[in-house]
Amino acid sequence: MSGAGGDGRTSGAPPAIELLGIDKSFGPVHANDDIHLTVEAGTIHGIVGENGAGKSTLMNIVYGFYQADSGIIRVDGEERAIRSPEDAIEAGIGMVHQHFMLVEPFTVLENILLGAEGGWTLKAGKARAREALLRLEQDYALEVDIDARIADLPVGIQQRVEILKALFRGARVLILDEPTGVLTPQEADHLFRILRNLKEQGRTVILITHKLREIMAATDTVSVMRQGAMVAHRRTADTTTEELAELMVGRKVLLRVDKQPARPGSPVLEVEHLEVVDEQGVRRVKDVSFTVRAGEIVGIAGVAGNGQSELLEALSGIRRPSGGRVLLHGEPLADAADCRLKKLGHVPEDRLRMGLVRGFPAYENAILGYQLLPAYAEHGFLKKRSIIARCLDWMQGYDVRPAAPHLQATSFSGGNQQKLVLAREMEHDPDLLLVGQPTRGVDIGAIEFIHKRLVAMRDAGKAILLVSVELDEIMSLADRIIVMFDGTITGEVDQAEATARGLGLLMAGISNEAA
Amino acid sequence: MEELATQVLLLTASTVRLATPLVLCAMAGLFAERSGVVDIGLEGKMLGAAFAAAAAAAVSGSAWVGLVAAIAVSWSLAMLHGFASITHKGDQVVSGMAINIAVAGLGPVLADAWFRQAGRVPVSGEDARFLPIELPFAEAARSIPLIGPFYAEVVSDHNLLVYVAAVSIPIVAWVVYRTRFGLRLRAVGENPSAVDTAGISVDGMRYRALMVTGLLAGIAGAYLSIAQGAGFTRDMSAGRGYLALAALIFGKWRPVPAVLACLLFAFADAVQARLQGVELPLIGEIPTQAIQALPYLLTILLLAGFVGRAVAPRAIGQPYVKER
Amino acid sequence: MPTKLPPWVNFGLLPLLNLGMAFLVAGLIVVVLGENPFAAMRLLVFGAFGYGEAVGYTFFYATNFIFTGLAVALAFQCGLFNIGGEGQAYIGGLGVGLAGIWLGHWPAPIGLVVGIMAAAAFGGAWGFIPGWLQARRGSHTVITTIMLNFIAASLMTYLLVNPLRRPGQQIPESMTFDERMWLPQLSTVLRDLGYDIGRSPLNAALLLALVCCVLYWLFIWKTRAGYEMRVVGRSEPAAVYGGISPARQIMIAMTLSGALAGLMSLNEVLGAQHRLTLGFTGGYGFVGIAVALMGRNHPIGIVLAALLFGALYQGGSELAFDMPKINKDMVVVIQGLVILFAGALEHMFRPWLEARFARPALPAAAVA
Repeated sequence: MSGAGGDGRTSGAPPAIELLGIDKSFGPVHANDDIHLTVEAGTIHGIVGENGAGKSTLMNIVYGFYQADSGIIRVDGEERAIRSPEDAIEAGIGMVHQHFMLVEPFTVLENILLGAEGGWTLKAGKARAREALLRLEQDYALEVDIDARIADLPVGIQQRVEILKALFRGARVLILDEPTGVLTPQEADHLFRILRNLKEQGRTVILITHKLREIMAATDTVSVMRQGAMVAHRRTADTTTEELAELMVGRKVLLRVDKQPARPGSPVLEVEHLEVVDEQGVRRVKDVSFTVRAGEIVGIAGVAGNGQSELLEALSGIRRPSGGRVLLHGEPLADAADCRLKKLGHVPEDRLRMGLVRGFPAYENAILGYQLLPAYAEHGFLKKRSIIARCLDWMQGYDVRPAAPHLQATSFSGGNQQKLVLAREMEHDPDLLLVGQPTRGVDIGAIEFIHKRLVAMRDAGKAILLVSVELDEIMSLADRIIVMFDGTITGEVDQAEATARGLGLLMAGISNEAA
Repeated sequence: MEELATQVLLLTASTVRLATPLVLCAMAGLFAERSGVVDIGLEGKMLGAAFAAAAAAAVSGSAWVGLVAAIAVSWSLAMLHGFASITHKGDQVVSGMAINIAVAGLGPVLADAWFRQAGRVPVSGEDARFLPIELPFAEAARSIPLIGPFYAEVVSDHNLLVYVAAVSIPIVAWVVYRTRFGLRLRAVGENPSAVDTAGISVDGMRYRALMVTGLLAGIAGAYLSIAQGAGFTRDMSAGRGYLALAALIFGKWRPVPAVLACLLFAFADAVQARLQGVELPLIGEIPTQAIQALPYLLTILLLAGFVGRAVAPRAIGQPYVKER
Repeated sequence: MPTKLPPWVNFGLLPLLNLGMAFLVAGLIVVVLGENPFAAMRLLVFGAFGYGEAVGYTFFYATNFIFTGLAVALAFQCGLFNIGGEGQAYIGGLGVGLAGIWLGHWPAPIGLVVGIMAAAAFGGAWGFIPGWLQARRGSHTVITTIMLNFIAASLMTYLLVNPLRRPGQQIPESMTFDERMWLPQLSTVLRDLGYDIGRSPLNAALLLALVCCVLYWLFIWKTRAGYEMRVVGRSEPAAVYGGISPARQIMIAMTLSGALAGLMSLNEVLGAQHRLTLGFTGGYGFVGIAVALMGRNHPIGIVLAALLFGALYQGGSELAFDMPKINKDMVVVIQGLVILFAGALEHMFRPWLEARFARPALPAAAVA
């Protein structure tokens, strides 16, 4: 049997979850290849792997959201046919998805009740649930206002609602898929305390993550996945981050980016008292001012949803600021098309929604944003042949595979899509490049490539503004780090002085002066 | 003074009569749209039901048989819409449009083939239609000032389906906000993934919602041909399905505001009928066509957000596909 | 959803299968009516193509459908569903009608050219309204275009009953235009070429329709403006990111779509009736939806689908004459069925076809 042993207490009791030969394909993609896994009851078990390694697929199979093509699932030693989330809930399995499965206009109570109403009218069920929730909140230190609307709650609290939802349904096994992506390091630590609390009460926790720090901090045992296969099981106490990293990637990896100290030149981007108000009238960016100089990478750190996206959109002309000024080489910018003409490149946070047009072939995507340049159109007609030639050139230069300009954007993997976007934005030789989440959903090989390119561009004297929620990425790439919380800048740190703890405090809104 | 009071009462009574199919249809649409399925096919369902009601009532001589036939046809069309837009994830607007057009043609074709009356199906006979019911004490109460005539003219003396429509409003509101079905219905239109992961079938919920839609739209159709009218005529729904949809949107997909919008449109229609050929002071005679166009114009102004803004259920119009 | 099917299946077999389903169901309805569907089919085909005049009428109707099909397809390219072709064509007819009434005394081609421009301008203006409402006020075009159809109908009824009615006449229609405003008939030209289309009203509007097909193709796939419109149609966030204003593109698309629908009125008003009549659009605007869906928004597909519907309309009239149990509305039923099977149920056969004709999987690197 696979070697995820417990710490003594598990002897005798059957494992909470046992997977035997789980196999799953999505079309030509073999997402899970003959997976075997044992999770002992009353432990916190980590599953670690790169993006696309198949971790989420596997856990969604355990939760019945997908059905395996073949394989056996045992819960508490008993074979169970889990064909839907209903079966999983029935078997005592709960899952907190990466994207929360909450109905925003509903209250916390209504969300928890959904699917577990206990009768065909709501009244009696609501009263019962209210009582049960109060007990659960006390037992596990999960304070939530159960009459608040989800839309009004911060993500950290929404996550607690998800945990409560699972516990309310009687989950003895709780699966969490990348739960810390939306949390500050301190909030993540708080979450881990909750998980340990669950463990103390005899429940089993499965934690999916791609962050090794969390594995080391929170788990008893860990399994490593790579390209759809389960490659190793370890007791957390017996392994190291280096070993896990190597197992994840299949070779030695450079965890830090090689680069010389920056030699910043004159200011390229000047942001003065920028204000952004969103469609709902909420102030997302509040009085933000900073400068990015030629030849430096400035990183914007922060938990997702603290105004970084809106800032990026305002700087790139997608969103009109409600106040303040944005100057490129001392000149104001109009809209997104104007930004491109003034040599501002932008790799957007969400490449599939924004950076690419899904149904378009690669070559048509290669001019998105630059369609006004005379190089691509003459008398209003597109110069298709030269566009295709250029696209092919870039695909080869940026190692986009396959280098096929006629292939639809969706036919490329995440990493190759990202390289295509990067090629488009870099090859138009911008003076300032805005980069949002450059490595989201991208495999390690592509991450290394993208990081190298960014540093090379910096060394060529260009200004780069990097927005990322991956603290490790910011810390290894940025020369200067600006931290945002709730739309404001809470601090600025030089790369040399940056620590995860210090940045974490700033990300939680505790600024230097106050700390 | 007396004259004016009578006029107002008559206008109110005719508003109620004209609002009935709109209310039933809007309530029908509420279920579909709240579940995340756009239902532009209310028009076709109502028209198909009107034909079925007329045909069945004409043949059987029973209004009840007509009503059942109406519901059966409307329900089948709703299931067809579900088959296309839920099971096969087709475009919901296209599916609704297809149903509207096919039914608009099929009604006259079948009417012609079966009844040979140039695309009409006349319904005669007392039992073949839902006739106005005089509520108890209506005549006796007339002498009571204000309430009496109101009771006699506006509350009493409607056919059964008008009362069905009236009763449906609180029932719909209760179902949507106070029951398990309603909770799941509202959830599935906002975030189907949340419903799916809670162990509830998204497709199942949407089909169930469409079943209710079919039922209510069927009653609306029967009302047109065997209660308010006496038979089926070509295109007799005359855009009421679209108008009901507009009322639903104007009511922000909530039962009571949607009913109020229906009453507003029905009132405009009632006024239109009264004003035909009447010379108004200062303005002169208003062309009928202008008043006919009024509800549509009003809807556009409302939709344009000059009066409030409607936020649709978030998942509306999108077929549910599990994300990967 | 990237298609894995080879083009001949995707653009040939699949539409044919969907069309076959529509006709299968229509055939069943004919059986229910108590007629032989094969006999009906024979009558229909003969009625549509059996003799010169029938062919002329088939192409005459097809001309209408090319215009309205292009109108729907162009809006689709921008991600919009224009159900308002009917109203836009009707209002386009108003432009033509006013030109016909007022400009009849102008020297020969000038009045006609102005009339053509008026058709496009009036239809375009009526299309611009829902475009503007969507772009600037966020009101969904599906609902607003439906409402505008009703408003257009009311407006035209009012005008034809009152100010535009031919003096001393009861019928709600305008005076007959001067011959200088008539579009040239094709019957004479074709007769010189040795083909007789009888007294069918096939006219130069067909040529204009074909020119519009070419222009549509060039615009959508070859120009920068078309590129920008397609980006908006596929993804509004990507458009905004790329510096393309969705609002502007939506207004342009709806205006062009309305103009195309408006041009349909030329065929009826200047090509056949030579006066403005009540309800001359005859539901042809709605046929455009079926034509665009069948033709997969491609001009060649649209021409073929328009011919199919032209044949149905022409053959259907003859069929209704010969088989009294089938009336002319049967064509509307088929139209609805085509929209159902080619539009809403277009994916029904896809999994089945993909299992048979799927291309070999992409290289592993492309999909990992």
